Amino acid sequence: MVAALFAILIFPGLLFLLTSGLVFEFIDRKTYARLQNRVGPPWFQPLADIIKLLAKADVIPSAANPKMFGLAPLFAFTAAATAFFYIPLWKGQSLFAFEGDIIMVLYLLTIPTLAFFIGGWYSTSLFARLGSVRAVTQLFAYEVPLFMSILAAALLADSWSLEKIALFYAHHPLYCLFNVVGFMVAMVAMLGKLEKVPFDIPEAETEIVAGAFTEYSGRLLALLRLTVDTEMVVCAALLVAVFFPFGLTLPPVLGFIVFLAELLIEVLALSLLRTVVARLRIDQMVEFCWKWLVPMSLFQLVLNLVLKGMLT
Amino acid sequence: MPNSRKFKIPIGPQHPALKEPEGFSIALLGEKILGLDIRLGYNHRGVEKACEERSYIQAMYLVERVCGICSHAHSTCFIQAVEEIGAIQVPKRAQYIRTIIAELERIHSHLLWLGVAGHEIGFDTLLMYTWRDREVVMDLLALISGNRVNYGMNTFGGVRRDITPGHVAEILKGMDILEERTKYYVEVATQESTIIKRLSGVGVLTLKDALALDAVGPTSRASGVDRDVRRDDPYAAYSEVKFDVITDDHCDVYGRVIVRVKELMEAYKIVRQCCQQMPEGPLTVKVPRKIPAGEAISRYEAPRGEDVHYVKSNGGEKPERVKIRAPTLANVQAVKCMLKDGQLADMPIVVAAIDPCFSCTDRLISIAEPRKDKRVMRWDELRDHGIAWHRARGIDMDGLNLKFRKMLERV
Repeated sequence: MVAALFAILIFPGLLFLLTSGLVFEFIDRKTYARLQNRVGPPWFQPLADIIKLLAKADVIPSAANPKMFGLAPLFAFTAAATAFFYIPLWKGQSLFAFEGDIIMVLYLLTIPTLAFFIGGWYSTSLFARLGSVRAVTQLFAYEVPLFMSILAAALLADSWSLEKIALFYAHHPLYCLFNVVGFMVAMVAMLGKLEKVPFDIPEAETEIVAGAFTEYSGRLLALLRLTVDTEMVVCAALLVAVFFPFGLTLPPVLGFIVFLAELLIEVLALSLLRTVVARLRIDQMVEFCWKWLVPMSLFQLVLNLVLKGMLT
Repeated sequence: MPNSRKFKIPIGPQHPALKEPEGFSIALLGEKILGLDIRLGYNHRGVEKACEERSYIQAMYLVERVCGICSHAHSTCFIQAVEEIGAIQVPKRAQYIRTIIAELERIHSHLLWLGVAGHEIGFDTLLMYTWRDREVVMDLLALISGNRVNYGMNTFGGVRRDITPGHVAEILKGMDILEERTKYYVEVATQESTIIKRLSGVGVLTLKDALALDAVGPTSRASGVDRDVRRDDPYAAYSEVKFDVITDDHCDVYGRVIVRVKELMEAYKIVRQCCQQMPEGPLTVKVPRKIPAGEAISRYEAPRGEDVHYVKSNGGEKPERVKIRAPTLANVQAVKCMLKDGQLADMPIVVAAIDPCFSCTDRLISIAEPRKDKRVMRWDELRDHGIAWHRARGIDMDGLNLKFRKMLERV
């Protein structure tokens, strides 16, 4: 009981998740700043932001539905954090696992976006509503290629359990090379999920202020910020587990270090991507996803089907 | 809103996309723009009237503060008009110095714009890079004039400060650095696919519309209007330097980027030529305190387009009338045309693409047509209305007024 609570609340559960979320947010912001020739924030900035927000008053617009407005961030955070428990980190074993949990993780990762939509919609501000509609429009564009590319990898590993997929690739590292296209698709789709440039359309500040987050303040905004950070870590961890889980076969401490290093590479790649591009328009984003990402992930799916037939 | 798909969204007067208060009310159908209502006037400062209350030299400093970016443009334009009325011959060297400052100002303004444009399309890296490079030219301006924004270089009949050989060496060094960097931006602008995707075909202003709406500056030149005051009606030392007027026929925001980036290259050329050709000589000629009666219109190619100043003198110490038409006023009507059938996401960049400077523009007094729910009252009508309004609420000032009248009579 105590061990389970420790695992859920402290390590590798909530506390570790939040800490790594804040650390990776710092790394992301610092890298982004350095690439742009700026100094960037000090290491404690993400934490300081959260503390500052926690000390501020929660303002709920009088026209908003207070229940939905307040619950949406909570839902979003819970879903993102829960998804983390099913991802094998370094021991070749996730906190909880069952056959088919990969579907659940993907499903849990969709919930934050839907929660943002609900929160934005019920805050009744024009900017928030436009932002939430954009968030859902974007969801329909990136979700399909993301699912297909991840499931293609699962297909080759012949399992619907994240743990088994990760172990399969850990024992057959060369198989990872087949999934390069799928990995690239998943990376780009992740940018959409995390609402980062070039897909930060739902929160494009020069158009719709902060999108769905416009009316949020204080603790609720802090929770939303934490959700976004958590989502980044969970998404990066998911990609690591599915596409290159090389730390799993190593001894615990070394495996953990390798896992963190892989996570770091993921986050750095995400920062680099968002440094070198401009924001797309929503119609261009949808078009890009269906014209390029979907065919690429379909190709990956077919490739893996053929490979599976040939190799087994 | 839930019941209908059409709705209106306010961009401004306070909005992250706008650097100055300005009202845009956009009618939307989903993400598509159906119509646009522009409201100017949040920044009215009464500069023209204030000029008429001050002496010429005071007015010159005031006019320099019309705009925070093209301050030299406005002050030069104003004193050119005054110098024309007074038939003052400005020394050659002063004209060259004015030209150098004008072009340095254009460089800083265009680099600033490039950064803002990058920010509007969510490309903050471009913003950070161009603004870093802009520091080079800001430092040069500070070196020459002692100021980064309002240079205070002009005075009637010449300039207040000299450009020394030491300055020239620094300027040339700065131009080399900037030219290299600008070449890189040209490369970025013409090759980075997300930029091209976001900018081409957006905010289209055809040649016909540009002429009909009387757009000026880079906005019109990007629509193929071959018009530049520096070449067509040369002032300062522009008749003695060689440069090309950049035009482009993309007619969209992308074209406006190309025009501005290429104009940067021309500006470096002009600054270099001026530095080499600058003759020796005095900086100012003596100017009488009183300007003879007369009137003049002065034109000036500011970074944003043609700036027009009208000055009327009655022979006194103060100008009788000053009229300033900033380039943004000429361009702002074109925005409506550019945004027709556009996307909401394109709105910030299309507005930014005319390089608007709203506080420079806001000096119009317009009397709105009375709407159904509003009526125009004369002053005495308004007074009567006020008295009646208060009386209806039990406040009667009649007794008080009588008392005052009696007091006044006693005095």
